[in-house]
Amino acid sequence: MSSAEEVTGAAGRPDEIRAVPLRRPGRWIAAAIVLLVAASLIRSAVENKRFEWGVVGEYLFDHRVLAGLGVTIELTVIAMVVGVVLGVILAVMRLSPNPLLSRASWLYIFFFRGTPVLVQLLFWFYISALYPKIDLGVPFGPAFVHANANTLITAFRAAVLGLGLNEGAYMAEIVRAGIISVDEGQNDAALSLGMTRVQMLRLIVLPQAMRVIIPPTGNETISMLKTTSLASVITVTELLYAAQLIYANNLKEIPLLIAVSVWYLACTSVLYVGQYYLERHYGRGASRELSPAAFARWRGMLLRSERHEGAL
Amino acid sequence: MSTPMVNAEAVHKRFGRNEVLKGITLQVAPGEVMCLLGPSGSGKSTFLRCINHLEKINAGRLSVDGELVGYRQVGDKLHELRESEIARKRAEIGMVFQHFNLFPHMTALDNVTCAPVRVKRAAREHARASARDLLDRVGLADKLDAYPAQLSGGQQQRVAIARALAMEPKLMLFDEPTSALDPELVGEVLAVMQQLARDGMTMVVVTHEMGFAREVADTVVFMDGGVVVEAGPPAEVLGAPRHERTRAFLSKVL
Repeated sequence: MSSAEEVTGAAGRPDEIRAVPLRRPGRWIAAAIVLLVAASLIRSAVENKRFEWGVVGEYLFDHRVLAGLGVTIELTVIAMVVGVVLGVILAVMRLSPNPLLSRASWLYIFFFRGTPVLVQLLFWFYISALYPKIDLGVPFGPAFVHANANTLITAFRAAVLGLGLNEGAYMAEIVRAGIISVDEGQNDAALSLGMTRVQMLRLIVLPQAMRVIIPPTGNETISMLKTTSLASVITVTELLYAAQLIYANNLKEIPLLIAVSVWYLACTSVLYVGQYYLERHYGRGASRELSPAAFARWRGMLLRSERHEGAL
Repeated sequence: MSTPMVNAEAVHKRFGRNEVLKGITLQVAPGEVMCLLGPSGSGKSTFLRCINHLEKINAGRLSVDGELVGYRQVGDKLHELRESEIARKRAEIGMVFQHFNLFPHMTALDNVTCAPVRVKRAAREHARASARDLLDRVGLADKLDAYPAQLSGGQQQRVAIARALAMEPKLMLFDEPTSALDPELVGEVLAVMQQLARDGMTMVVVTHEMGFAREVADTVVFMDGGVVVEAGPPAEVLGAPRHERTRAFLSKVL
């Protein structure tokens, strides 16, 4: 009689279960190992004078490093814009019913994905050896613009070409996957309302494809930010090359490379935040809404003090 | 006699080697409601898609309101129409799909205003006002800002009907509009269609709803194996079918 009362409790609702938690010694051991490794890494970072943290701080906001950071960001943005525009064009070509357009797009992707981007960068850098003069005009017809390749293709422009054209090939596959992911019924609906194929693509298909296109594009942008460091090889004074020029003089390689890494990390962090909001924007109307939980928790941690001020 | 809204003469359609339509001949008069019945794979939906040129026919002649679908006849030669011309003609024909095919990234109101604004170049404010009226007519005045994913199947299909009506079509095509709906939601969609029929809209409806066909249709067409088996008023085709295949089909679905 008393046992039934105990389970039900006074209010007729069963009591919360308070069981003795299961011991998990494996977790404790694993956590201990991780802490030990982390502690020894931190100790070496603090005790090893050759990290020269003071020098890191000194050069973090050096005007040459900041100028290099500016070039890195500029290169990332321009190369990604070139890549995205090219990617959309190539993807639409690839899906075109015209076999010539489709094959041309395939061939482009084959070449630019099949060779290392570093080789492509060097190729554009040395383009003047192949085409000393560049003429723009009607193919096989008159040319309107004549230029010396050496002056037209600067190191920076070679980097934009190399990175952007390479990115176009990768973006093409991403955009194509996005377009294919949109239900065929959407095409039927758009066409039956009297839309042309271009309207259908622009108003109906691409906005929906964005949900599939945005996440990998964010990854591509983050990847591009880091890949721009390859432009140091063709003497573009971006973040890495700016640091290399400094440590070529003062031989403080490690502190400068750390300063550079700090900036790359800062930029990728900003991009991660941007990607979160973009994904949420293009998730509109999706049945599975993006849960804000994970990011809100992060933001809560970062902005805790700010929120308190806001409450006041 | 006035021009038929839809005039099909010996329409054939092949997908590869598979002949889906083997000579469909029928007419839909202006204001008429025609229901197409038949087992799945009989070509009903394909025929419907041919009417607004979502599918190209391989032989025969198909015209809407006196004009050939997809072609222009010069002498005895057919010339393919340009894409923009086909689009302009499609804009005059509304279509409602089995799976609604609402644009998921737009609200109900935007779904309805999109085509009038972008295709017909209607003034945005005007389009929004008439879209509100239309959504009110299908009983969704309180769902203007809802996204399709937030609506039930029946509500989505009613938005889809409003979307098609927003283009002020002279002909409405319904491709199994209630087949994807939960049974308790079928009624609300059929009610909207019935009202539309009463208002005098010309409608071609592929359906399995025998009650709707009997009550609303002027003509019932029974198709099987890519041909019209029999056609006539619902009382005849459903009540006293002459053909063995019609009888066999009806005995299974009724």
